[in-house]
Amino acid sequence: MNSIILLTSFGILNLFIGFSKSKKIIMPLVLLFLAIVFVVNLIGWNDTQTYFERMLTIDNFAIAFTGVVVLTTILVLPFAQRYVDQQDESLAEYFSLLLFSLVGAIMMVAYENLLMLFVGIEILSISMYVLAGSDKKNLKSNEAGLKYFLMGSFATGILLFGIVLIYGATGTFYISEISSAATAQSNNELTSPLLGMGLLFTLIGISFKVSVAPFHFWTPDVYEGTPTFFMAFMSTVVKAAGFAGFYKLMSVSFAGAQDIWFPTLIAMTVVTLAIGNIGAVAQNSFKRMMAYSSISHAGYLMIALLSFNDRSENAILFYSLAYSVSTVAALGILKIVADQRDDVSYNAFNGLGRTNPLLAAVMAISMCSLGGIPLTGGFFGKLFIFSAALEQDLLWLIILAILMAAVGFYYYFRVIIAMYMREPSGERVQVSALASFALIFMTVLTFVLGIAPGLLSNIL
Amino acid sequence: MNEIPEVIRTIPLQYYLFFSSTLFVIGIIGVLTRRNAIIIFMCIELMLNAVNLLLTAFSAYRSDANGQVFVFFIMAVAAAEVCVGLAIIVMIYRNLRSTDINILSNLKW
Repeated sequence: MNSIILLTSFGILNLFIGFSKSKKIIMPLVLLFLAIVFVVNLIGWNDTQTYFERMLTIDNFAIAFTGVVVLTTILVLPFAQRYVDQQDESLAEYFSLLLFSLVGAIMMVAYENLLMLFVGIEILSISMYVLAGSDKKNLKSNEAGLKYFLMGSFATGILLFGIVLIYGATGTFYISEISSAATAQSNNELTSPLLGMGLLFTLIGISFKVSVAPFHFWTPDVYEGTPTFFMAFMSTVVKAAGFAGFYKLMSVSFAGAQDIWFPTLIAMTVVTLAIGNIGAVAQNSFKRMMAYSSISHAGYLMIALLSFNDRSENAILFYSLAYSVSTVAALGILKIVADQRDDVSYNAFNGLGRTNPLLAAVMAISMCSLGGIPLTGGFFGKLFIFSAALEQDLLWLIILAILMAAVGFYYYFRVIIAMYMREPSGERVQVSALASFALIFMTVLTFVLGIAPGLLSNIL
Repeated sequence: MNEIPEVIRTIPLQYYLFFSSTLFVIGIIGVLTRRNAIIIFMCIELMLNAVNLLLTAFSAYRSDANGQVFVFFIMAVAAAEVCVGLAIIVMIYRNLRSTDINILSNLKW
């Protein structure tokens, strides 16, 4: 709760700081704000508090996921250096919107009442609609903003209809009370269709937000058009918070009605894994490949959600952290390179190993982590998910996921091949000190997660 | 709200359910078939209003105020969405002099 209050007041304060002439002060200040929020958030560990008539519960689950999203935002920020250098007049607004959207992310992981889930999703999404269209003169960014907005609010409408039908069937918005009503009613023929339809619509609405197939089709278009800096935020924070909220809804409310939704989610997982990985192979644009890659990682996270035992919380947490760190590193490098070479395809990375050894090494490591090579965080992320799924007898799904991970190596390694085996396509790329520090930190974190996964694997 | 008002009970709950679902489906069909961004936007608002109506009906029949409080939240959020959405549509209109979504085809596979 303290982190929500702090983020909101820092966001407003930051808007006032935006009036100052020099834009240089804004980024260090926002980093300081986020560091304060990160520490204050962790202070509440092991101390469960409820707020607003039990509508929000800040427990270890919420604190851990808040930590992940705040840390991700801290790591994303250094790549805004170009906006600072250009003295972009809306810099403070961008950062304030990021701070405000974090409030939504925290509400999504801490909710106990569907009202809070809805408000959280909307706070996060509305900020994202603005940021997706923030490059006002660029037609691609305009189009991304409009597509994201129309698709997102359409999904919100469907989600709301689902929530209302659940309310009609159970008479409550509290997820714990829905659970007892859902278990009692799943055999009752009279109200069960209402609850079933409500669950279906809610699933569709949330799947839209976390881009699980068959509701993923907006993702590649929106991610490609969105400025890379905000794409790094969108594809990590929204996904981590969305999956935490999704898991909480399914595990608390609908654990008793598992036979209703399990087949549907299994089918969605298979389709997501296939579309994400096979779609990514066909791309020539690195940015679009990363969008498909985020769909495929949504598929792996769905496996953790389906396995549904005491390990899956930890698996989702670990996987989201490993995925977020590697994705931010990859997209950060894409932003640095694309700003100077004006290209978001694989060709932009040609010969980067010779001109910028540091960038190329960080990129190679984050690609290995996304692909799931041992010694990196992504390997243990996948391992935890698969071992959680094994307890649920989902062996065939694990085999499919491993096959799809093998497909993933193909498109992740294309970047590495471009970096080390092609002739340089341009000059040496300039990197700011802060950005290189962030990149090195992310690489270290990836290795720490890959060598000592025990640090994080049992905290929930 | 301890007892259900007499007026509400004169119409059975199923009627509210069918009416709201019909409105909602009209909204969905509108979103899927119309090609003008503003009309799509109006259809989304129609979906939200169908939800509001159904919430109020359920809330009244269950004598539970929570549903009606939810309606206020939906209205507030929908207002925020309208602000952002219309701003995005105006931005596109400035650049393209049109709000037809068929023009927007820069981002494709």
